[in-house]
Amino acid sequence: MSTVEEVVAQDPVVARPPRLLARMMRQPQAKLGMVLTLVVMFLALAGPLLTPWLTGHTSTEFTGRPFTDIGIFGTDNLGRDVFSRFLDGGLRLIVYAALATALGMVVGVAVGMTAAYSGGRVDALIMRGNDVLLALPQLVFALLAITVLGPQGWVLVVVIGITHAPRIARVTRSATAAVITEDYIRASEMYAVPKWKILLTEVLPNITGPLMVELGLRMTYSIGFVAALSFLGLGMQPPTADWGLMINESRIALVVQPWGVLLPVAAIAVLTVGTNLLTDSLARASADMNVGNKK
Amino acid sequence: MIAKMITKRLLVSLVILFVVSLLVFVATLLLPGDPAQAILGQQATPERLEALREQMNLNDPVWVRYFTWIGGLFTGNLGYSAASGGPVTALLSDRIQASLVLMGLAALISIPVGIVVGTFSALKRGRAFDHAATGTTLVLASLPEFVIGIGLVALFSTSVFKILPSVTMAPPGEAVWNYPVQLVLPTITLVLVVTPYIVRMMRGTMLEVMNSGFVEMARLKGVPERQVVLRHAVPHALAPVAQVIAIQLAWMAGGVVVIEFLFRYPGIGQALVDAVNNRDVQVVQAISILIAAAYIVVNLLADLVGILTNPKLRTEKAS
Repeated sequence: MSTVEEVVAQDPVVARPPRLLARMMRQPQAKLGMVLTLVVMFLALAGPLLTPWLTGHTSTEFTGRPFTDIGIFGTDNLGRDVFSRFLDGGLRLIVYAALATALGMVVGVAVGMTAAYSGGRVDALIMRGNDVLLALPQLVFALLAITVLGPQGWVLVVVIGITHAPRIARVTRSATAAVITEDYIRASEMYAVPKWKILLTEVLPNITGPLMVELGLRMTYSIGFVAALSFLGLGMQPPTADWGLMINESRIALVVQPWGVLLPVAAIAVLTVGTNLLTDSLARASADMNVGNKK
Repeated sequence: MIAKMITKRLLVSLVILFVVSLLVFVATLLLPGDPAQAILGQQATPERLEALREQMNLNDPVWVRYFTWIGGLFTGNLGYSAASGGPVTALLSDRIQASLVLMGLAALISIPVGIVVGTFSALKRGRAFDHAATGTTLVLASLPEFVIGIGLVALFSTSVFKILPSVTMAPPGEAVWNYPVQLVLPTITLVLVVTPYIVRMMRGTMLEVMNSGFVEMARLKGVPERQVVLRHAVPHALAPVAQVIAIQLAWMAGGVVVIEFLFRYPGIGQALVDAVNNRDVQVVQAISILIAAAYIVVNLLADLVGILTNPKLRTEKAS
């Protein structure tokens, strides 16, 4: 096959997503958001590999007396190196937030598309169930689950994913409802293409715009959510190094050892601002293109 | 038509509240172990355990316990705390007040500030003020609430200025509003979390309204610009904003938890976190259902505002 034919063959498949992303990246605030996000992501991903090598200590090792100036940022209330803990504390937060968001997206999109595509009684039943889940504030739902199941990693991921799902399902449902009346869907139905195949190959590619925006939004919330639960002492448990937990452990000593609080707070702030800037510009790019969001 | 919609919406809320109460109740049934044992400890004699089980109605079938619990919600008898042994109602009554004070103050500040800033931002579209407001609200809206709170604490009570207390230390039994200085930081945090959404919505709807035909008409008639804005534009922009405000108030019911914990503010949020830490089921149950009820009621109000201010429903009489 010649190169020209190859390009032509690939074109319809890859055409749209790059265009949306390209439009997004053309905005200056998206570039800023990308830089902020990547900086913190790099810190969090590479941090655990760097700890003993860069700072001379692991994140849970006692390196000296509490609140001394050993190392770059000193030690925390138990004498552990603050910088090591900071470097080691971001990965879990980001992984948990990403897993929770992914779970929420998969469940929410599946439920939302099924509801919109089935219509009638199934639709009504699913959306009423949705309303019930939406009637509990996310945090209260999470606290209830943690009371029963205990503060464990999988509980965090599942509970945050489940509380995201109804919100994502709502968006998916309205986006899907706008698409399923199109002629190409009816054409596929006439060819007796199975329902799940229509949803995956015809509907899903046409609602990526609103879904990507939702993904960005939920990721921002998930990061704040996981960090907040650890901050409340109900997420990660000591002696794990984690940004939320670090803030909780060090905030009493904010006057003597501000770095233990300020480093993780700054990292979380930069990360959430970064992801939200990206989401905001993605929303604009997607609204400009009007993909799957016709009213 | 309107009455019918409102009744329907009311009924839906009641059903949702019922299902949520079931959810909260069932969650506590899944808890391993015996609540009576948890309260009395391992040393308790079988007779005392049996007596407490009888007192807590643990020997009744599940559905009887559910209805006793629901009945207790209405008569103010919420059971006994496993951690302190005291009645839950006594534990919570002061705290509910304290939380309401905090949320009320935050609402009183954030609603007018949000509306005014949003309006100005829309009127000065593309100028420095608008850019500053849009940028600030975008950043504030992305920050988790405890990050904002810690930032304020670092700024105003520890590292930079030392002018405001970072924790609430009202002696137990005394009302929080006797110590107004201690209310400042929690209130500002809550305001900073809630206001951005109001500003953004107000700006958006104001831009839309200012471009609409009736505003242009008023201008063409020679109505002074000030009056165009205040009499013609703002009232029309308020209806959609009212819904966002209600959603924010509902959010506060849950979001207040983290902020109260951060400032050691003696409200229900902090009680909830403590109860979860102690696995104090009765208290968790009571607070969850309280917050859920508040959340449902405020959301209901938001929808009612939406129904009542929707001009399409006003004209559509006998259909």
